Amino acid sequence: MSDDRLSDGTVLLLKGGRVVDETGDRIADVLVRDGLIAEVGPGLDAPAGATVLDASDAVVAPGLVDIQVHFREPGREDSETIETGARGAALGGFTAVVCMPNTNPPLDEASVVQAVLERGRNAPCDVRVAGCITLGRKGHELAPLGELYDLGVRIFTDDGDCVADAGVMRHALEYSTALPGAVIAQHAEDPALVAGGHMHEGEWSSRLGIPGRPAEAETTIVARDLALAARAGARYHVLHLSTAGAADLVREAKARGVRVTAEASPQHFTLTDESCATFDPVFKMNPPLRTARDVEGVIAGLVDGTISAIATDHAPHAAETKAVPFEEAPPGMLGTETALAVAITRLVETGRLPLASVLALLSWQPARIAGLTEHGGPIAAGRPAHLCVIDPGATWVVDATRLASRSRNSPFDGWKLTGRVRHTICRGEPVVIDGVATR
Amino acid sequence: MKHLLSVDDLGGRSGIESLLDRSESFLEVTQRDIPKVPALRGKTVVTLFYEDSTRTRLSFETAARRLSADTMNFSVSTSSVRKGESLLDTVHTIESMGIDAIIVRHGSAGAPHRIAQSTDASVINAGDGRHEHPTQALLDAFTLRRHRGPSLDGCRVAIVGDIRNSRVARSGARVWAELGCEVTLVGPPTLLPESMDGWPAVATSDLDAVLPETDLVYLLRIQNERISDARFPSVREYRSRWGLTEARADRLKPDTLVMHPGPMNRGIEIADEVADSPRSLVAEQVANGVAVRMAVLYAILGSGGPVV
Repeated sequence: MSDDRLSDGTVLLLKGGRVVDETGDRIADVLVRDGLIAEVGPGLDAPAGATVLDASDAVVAPGLVDIQVHFREPGREDSETIETGARGAALGGFTAVVCMPNTNPPLDEASVVQAVLERGRNAPCDVRVAGCITLGRKGHELAPLGELYDLGVRIFTDDGDCVADAGVMRHALEYSTALPGAVIAQHAEDPALVAGGHMHEGEWSSRLGIPGRPAEAETTIVARDLALAARAGARYHVLHLSTAGAADLVREAKARGVRVTAEASPQHFTLTDESCATFDPVFKMNPPLRTARDVEGVIAGLVDGTISAIATDHAPHAAETKAVPFEEAPPGMLGTETALAVAITRLVETGRLPLASVLALLSWQPARIAGLTEHGGPIAAGRPAHLCVIDPGATWVVDATRLASRSRNSPFDGWKLTGRVRHTICRGEPVVIDGVATR
Repeated sequence: MKHLLSVDDLGGRSGIESLLDRSESFLEVTQRDIPKVPALRGKTVVTLFYEDSTRTRLSFETAARRLSADTMNFSVSTSSVRKGESLLDTVHTIESMGIDAIIVRHGSAGAPHRIAQSTDASVINAGDGRHEHPTQALLDAFTLRRHRGPSLDGCRVAIVGDIRNSRVARSGARVWAELGCEVTLVGPPTLLPESMDGWPAVATSDLDAVLPETDLVYLLRIQNERISDARFPSVREYRSRWGLTEARADRLKPDTLVMHPGPMNRGIEIADEVADSPRSLVAEQVANGVAVRMAVLYAILGSGGPVV
């Protein structure tokens, strides 16, 4: 990105923290000047006029990167805007987000992509977008992938809808190989198998009489797409992988050398379909909450590297649209402000992963998938200053009414979580200080 | 009992049995010259039906009136709902009129639960999506008990048809099982539950293997859209494999009974001759429905004392 958005003249000193990035872990202060990291080392003195941010007992990490958010602009500004969405993301420690293209109009042409990028230009986190694979997300004709690529788009997806037609998917994968760094990302749920379904198909859908969305809707599409990606030599990314079966497929394909990556959402390694027994639509999402066995399969995938990113699928919905019976409610939940804490609570506190691995899943690995070279890199002199400072052991209680989002649909409302964002620095600017957004 | 949203609210076998006992005394009331008691005088109940069902609505309204409650009918098809009013706004509007109980039917599972969370009135589930229809299950159990009771322990009940999409089956299987019956679900594999976990029953597609041992054949309505949905090939094929034809009825034990929640598709799931045979309890189910719903309303809104 252009340098003109860097925070010129601002000097920050992050004092007393433990710096954790993909190169390792050390006690060091971090000096930030003019939007760049100026110096990293122990016992740095604050230059005159510098703002000193306390990082003692905290972890200083590269800013987090969420490669799947819905900020609803354009089209549903009543549920979220780029401004409110980016504020919430910054509060969650994210310095970059990738907005999904299922807006209205969808992000299937250059002018709409440009407009969204322009709206996000001065947001408190770096707002990037994914482009549609097909025009209107209808699954038939290819969107202008090259034109969108020239605007910086690297992830292409019809998210929310699956590209069901194998021929179209094959051509999208093949075509993408002409665009270095581009990746075709799939919302892997076969529409024919999930038609009319509202939750995971299994014991609980059977008990509740709510039509189901079977796990096989995901595994069949992932299996098919992996075969097509292997043939095309294309990069393929599984959005919000939710089943143990799909994790197995990705693991096996990676071993064969298929260029596949996968992400998981905090809800899919934390909650199960049993939550739907409350009939509360806050637990309704696509892909749906699955079984405990799937939760374990997703965690196993995160632990062994099969799944290399955590992405939130932050999907705000205005209160009145969720204040309806389960089957009538739209799918989706808030995620950016709770993702880090849910990941620490579920993965670090339980001993499944060290904190550094969770940071890899939330920062440098997703940055690499999305081609966000400015983000997630080592904390070293000369790098863009996108940072977050985390209290990994701090506990807090989620209060959905106090989230920055315009919406309130968090299934974690009332949960006590471990891990809190203290400061977020984006482009050298402290956009969150002591857990409070500065703008 | 504050609400009746699901079979869960009935308090297990003893709760169900005491409701059925109470239904006996209300059945006696409905057979009097003046079939009315003052038990719920001053109480107001409203029927809020998002799906048309004249028979269920009439049954509840009749039950309420025979208890001397005032009844109101919120007609969804001609009301503010048509103008886009939300479910919960509608409920709050009704509640503001001073209602004691809302009897709700809705096309979505859990809608009565959502209503119950946002109102002080009692909520009675008169059918929610594919989820539950607890008063149907109670009236069916009551009807069988009058023929085979008081204990139904060991009774073999076969529920036949579109189990997967049936709220009647979901509530029924649980009430039958609570009362000690052995429940078998029968239908094409495409219409059996997607998971048997949580169902106190076994499932099979072989109706002819089940029928000779069965004490009650409970038939469900088959809907034509299941054909366009590719659940089974044709009405003819359904009838030949899962319909209670005259030939199949002839192979039943002499005392095997037949029920159907109505409305029946004569000639599809049940042959005309079977529907009108002495085995058929269909008309009795309807009559008993009023008594059982009186017992439910009384359990929720009544003083708990004896009925005069």
